[in-house]
Amino acid sequence: MTDAIQSQIKETVDTNDVVLFMKGTKHFPQCGFSSKVASVLSYLSVEFQDVNILESEEMRQGIKDFTNWPTTPQLYVKGEFVGGCDIVTEMTLSGELDTLLKEKGVTFDQEAANKVREANS
Amino acid sequence: MPGIADSMRSKLETALSPIRLEIVDDSESHRGHGGYREGGESHFDMEIVSDAFNGVSRVARQRLVFDALKDELAGPVHALSLRCIAPIELD
Repeated sequence: MTDAIQSQIKETVDTNDVVLFMKGTKHFPQCGFSSKVASVLSYLSVEFQDVNILESEEMRQGIKDFTNWPTTPQLYVKGEFVGGCDIVTEMTLSGELDTLLKEKGVTFDQEAANKVREANS
Repeated sequence: MPGIADSMRSKLETALSPIRLEIVDDSESHRGHGGYREGGESHFDMEIVSDAFNGVSRVARQRLVFDALKDELAGPVHALSLRCIAPIELD
């Protein structure tokens, strides 16, 4: 674990309200799970910073160490780890994600969130 | 040598004493994607019902699973899709 990459990750999650560590980018995801979370956030009009962990081996390992979580994607909201694809999906469908975003003061499209739930109920 | 699914099943049984444990090898649907290997056993879907999840957050539940399976996740297993359910949440 290099300290430089850990500080860089810490700074990224501290200075951006919503950060998605993913394989690929939001516009060109390179993994189905990453793509799914990026799509949910985009659909809900949540502004987020994407970090492509495939860009360096240090980042690829660094994010696993930082969160103590073995897989990507990883979603952070206001510096707090929310979860990966399964958790974000479950929280979207249960409405917990809405609650979290509201609590954290992150803007999102409530109507879109309701639509996702209607379509999946 | 037992397969990866069998070895994960035995580790999860020891760690979580699950009431229900379903492990599905979903590798084939990731053919051609990152982490796919001929022969499968790289991508798994799991549904686990266990008392160990009572009153435990979603993140902490998955951590319990990851801890039990850290060798597999550091090696051959590329992705786990998890549903971690406490018995009280069952319909």
